Amino acid sequence: MEVLVASAIGVLTAGGVYMILRMRAFPVIIGVSLLSYAVNVFLFSTGRLAVDAPPIWQKYADVPYSDPLPQALVLTAIVISFGMTAVLVMIALGAYLEADHDRINIRDGEDDGDEPSEEKGQDA
Amino acid sequence: MNHWIIAPVVLPALLAPLLAFVMRHDIVLARVASMTGAVLLAGIAIGLAMLEAGGGTQVYFLGDWPAPFGIVLVLDRLSAVMLLLTALLSLVVLWHAIATGWDNRGRHFHALFQFQLMGINGAFLTGDAFNLFVFFEVLLIASYGLMIHSGGRARMRAGLQYVVMNLAGSTLFLFALGTLYATTGTLNIADLAVAVREMSPDDVALVRVAAVLLLVVFAIKAALFPVQFWLPGTYANAPAPVAALFAIMTKVGAYSIIRIYTIVFGPDVAATQGVVTDWVMPAAVITVIAGAFGVLGAKKLMPMLAFSVVGSMGTLMLAVAAFTPYAMSTALYYLLHSTFSAAALFLLADLVVTQRGNDALTAQRPVAQNGLLAALFFAAAIGMTGMPPLSGFLGKLMVMDGVRDQSWMALAWAVILLGSLVTIVGFARAGSVIFWKSTAQAGGEGAMPSKATPLQIVPTMLALGLLAALSVFAGPVAGYLEETAAQLFDSSEYINAVLAPTKEGLK
Repeated sequence: MEVLVASAIGVLTAGGVYMILRMRAFPVIIGVSLLSYAVNVFLFSTGRLAVDAPPIWQKYADVPYSDPLPQALVLTAIVISFGMTAVLVMIALGAYLEADHDRINIRDGEDDGDEPSEEKGQDA
Repeated sequence: MNHWIIAPVVLPALLAPLLAFVMRHDIVLARVASMTGAVLLAGIAIGLAMLEAGGGTQVYFLGDWPAPFGIVLVLDRLSAVMLLLTALLSLVVLWHAIATGWDNRGRHFHALFQFQLMGINGAFLTGDAFNLFVFFEVLLIASYGLMIHSGGRARMRAGLQYVVMNLAGSTLFLFALGTLYATTGTLNIADLAVAVREMSPDDVALVRVAAVLLLVVFAIKAALFPVQFWLPGTYANAPAPVAALFAIMTKVGAYSIIRIYTIVFGPDVAATQGVVTDWVMPAAVITVIAGAFGVLGAKKLMPMLAFSVVGSMGTLMLAVAAFTPYAMSTALYYLLHSTFSAAALFLLADLVVTQRGNDALTAQRPVAQNGLLAALFFAAAIGMTGMPPLSGFLGKLMVMDGVRDQSWMALAWAVILLGSLVTIVGFARAGSVIFWKSTAQAGGEGAMPSKATPLQIVPTMLALGLLAALSVFAGPVAGYLEETAAQLFDSSEYINAVLAPTKEGLK
């Protein structure tokens, strides 16, 4: 169980970092999603791994229970990372449509083309 | 329990949806509402700062849940100062955005602006580490929208970089919080402080990992080397009023480092002994150097200003790295100063860019109000580079005094002084190219650009006026900040204020 979860987090993180380093919009979005999956599983495991234990403390019987707080934290983290991914997709799409390519790296000299006329006049 | 403590979060949180959904078609209404909100926020911030000047740490228990189980907001002197700083800055920036029409060049400027304020105020007030993450996300998601406000190719691409960088940073933040929770079993800042101090020596390795991870996360926000690369591109391509508002964003990172590393991982905690000095000091030194060379090497005005912000963050973090109460108070004074001086420069740069048409540092047709803008640039540059008589000089002097007792004092002094010199050269070059060499150019074709109205210039002057006020009232301000730093290093007061009511309740 521990080995499975730990290696899953490791593989997801490694994959996420690799994809982010591709520096193109689509792989980066996938990479950020993988990273957020990894961190969600990681957060979940911070309350110790307990199988078949509800996150409710049973007052009248001595049954195992799991820590409910990490589950609440994971829920928050999932919602936030979902929203953030949506924003990232929209901004990446906008940048792709404006620049006609999806490279995230801005090279020197590349952005020198957009002088005054480009800077102004986009008051849409 | 004082309910005004939550007002700086609730007010913008209520106003922003109204602005987004009710007033989105009426820019005048939105401007009035947004400005009213900012004025009210400033009033609340002044009230809270006065309240805090008299008393100790105040705690707001959300839903009246006792401390480690519910979420708390904590108002101490540091929070009060940061709230006041945010409110004053937002007034100036909002005025500029309205007067220059920036808010009407895209959609939802005012709603995003209010959400941004909500996130910043929440981050300054919260007494819970996970809540800090949530408020970070609120202010970040609003800043993504503000960053690409009014669009454009360069801005969209810089915005994408900014978003990716911060998403990676947020993931790291969650990893740090997870590690912290796994080892201590709590995320309430006061409870964390207790747990970390009671920790058995066998578990300290993981806590140390979490502490360093958190430091990296906050360093990303504070633009410390080696994670400062996002800042110049972002600030240079953001709309100028947004860049001026972002002056407070780097300070959120600095604030988080100060808060977490004094209260939770204070100097008396064996587990994280020396983490701040060992890691932040070299990073801050390189940050100052990177900022100074960036200022000297920039080919455009906006990137140059962005690099000067990097340099000022380095100076600020040098004082934090000394990690003594006095050095911390000098860091806080420099923090106030650098926020306003960066804002003044970005607002002024907006006026200059509007009148020139671009921000390239080459001799071109002079701006319409050459004398006035040159004088303002001179004053703002004096503030940023740290020349007398403005507060930058006092700030740098105090920072140097703050690090005087450290073993690395010679290095810090050399870096600050040489960095200032190089920055002065960079600013002098920019000022002379933009305002002096341009007067030798032929009038050029086309009509002269229209002059800036007094209403558009007032915000810049206000920001400079605040710098002047900071230097005139340096004594009282420094006194207040020294008490703030003393309060920070006495973490037992913070812990008692948050946890004592619970203990009494349990008896």
